[in-house]
Amino acid sequence: MNVLIPSPLLPYTGKTRVEASGATLGALLADLDRQYPGIRFRMIDEQERIRRHIRIFVGGDQVFELQKPLEADDEVIIVQALTGG
Amino acid sequence: MKALTLLVGTRKGAWLFRSDGARRSWRMEGPHFLGNIFNHVVLDPRDGRTILAAAKAGHLGPTIFRSTDRGKTWKESSRPPAFAKAREGQKPLAVDHTFWLTPGHASQPGVWFAGTSPQGLFRSDDGGATWDVHFSLHDDAEYRNYIGGEQDGTPDGPKMHSILIDPRDPNRMLFAMSGGGVHESTDGGRSFKPLVDGLDVVEGFDAKNIAFHDPHCLRLCPSNPDRIYQQNHTGVYRLDRPSRTWVRIGKGIPKSIGDIGFPMVVHPRDADTAWIMPMDGTTVWPRVSPGGKPAVYRTRNGGKTWERLTAGLPEKQAWWTVKRQAMSADAGDPVGLYFGTTSGEIWMSRDEGRKWSCLARHLPEIYSVEAA
Repeated sequence: MNVLIPSPLLPYTGKTRVEASGATLGALLADLDRQYPGIRFRMIDEQERIRRHIRIFVGGDQVFELQKPLEADDEVIIVQALTGG
Repeated sequence: MKALTLLVGTRKGAWLFRSDGARRSWRMEGPHFLGNIFNHVVLDPRDGRTILAAAKAGHLGPTIFRSTDRGKTWKESSRPPAFAKAREGQKPLAVDHTFWLTPGHASQPGVWFAGTSPQGLFRSDDGGATWDVHFSLHDDAEYRNYIGGEQDGTPDGPKMHSILIDPRDPNRMLFAMSGGGVHESTDGGRSFKPLVDGLDVVEGFDAKNIAFHDPHCLRLCPSNPDRIYQQNHTGVYRLDRPSRTWVRIGKGIPKSIGDIGFPMVVHPRDADTAWIMPMDGTTVWPRVSPGGKPAVYRTRNGGKTWERLTAGLPEKQAWWTVKRQAMSADAGDPVGLYFGTTSGEIWMSRDEGRKWSCLARHLPEIYSVEAA
């Protein structure tokens, strides 16, 4: 599925839209990390929590759990939160 | 003297300054990773080419960038410092940033240690590529108390710093925590014991509670590793092991200046010589040069007396200070000293602090300066 990457993570992907797959948000992020090593830990901490300044939307709704199931045609949008200026 | 590199970590990126041994001309390289926050950038003295840089970004989690060619190219740690997944009932901990980096003992190439916020001691055995918890202070009932609560850390979070390795013995290590005191190990970091006797705490707190101790910077003297200097929240101290009692040595500095500050630097060959950069720690803790007049203070007799060194530094209206990783010495003769300011200037002295000149201006707020 199509994933929108925020600007702070462009050094990993080199482009704002990438393809990744997974049955859950967690699996999708694992696939992203396989393609772009290191990207996941910048978004998800060691306790499996989405970091404070990262927001993830699936189909327009903000997602807070890595267990969130995904459909093959979902669009995943990762953005940097507005916190921090 | 061989060519020198100054490694500079700032709030907005990292810079390297290269010089020949004369320390007269400098070439500036950077920014590296513009916009990332670098708390410490360190060159491995064992191979002269590996650089580790502790980074985080405003919106992203922390990482470690690594170079094995003196900063020409960089890779990222494949497993940066991270706490273990919390077990049920445990407080979940996440590394906010790596604050301090220390290369391991000369006999252990590839070994590095990292101190984090919140406090954690991590070790890498592969030149910084992967990291594991080295001393699990959060699983230790005593150390959990020493770490203290949220109100015992710095405004930017509680820190593990000043990880020191005895050059004579890799099993002897020290670290300091803000807050949480000074600790020493004689078994390579498998266990530690507090080393805080003689240190003051802020009036009203109980010095017997380790969490209330706030060491700002520890330095082990290369020429006599039994001697440790400390810039503490409450003043400047010295400890000569095997004694366990720190001695306050900063009282010789005029009261109008005080002996509060963040960095401390020791001479590479003379254990009686050390430098500090006093800071205004009165009232609301302005954390600026006292009176807007920056000055380095030097002792050449183990802290019995201090001299004020200001030649070349601004004479007034200079309201900056120097953070704990942002002052260092080279191994030259005479020793070169370097510090980076909260206002983004780098100052250097080629003659052990007698005269100062400005090497760079207009950088972001400087968090670390290492001469290697």
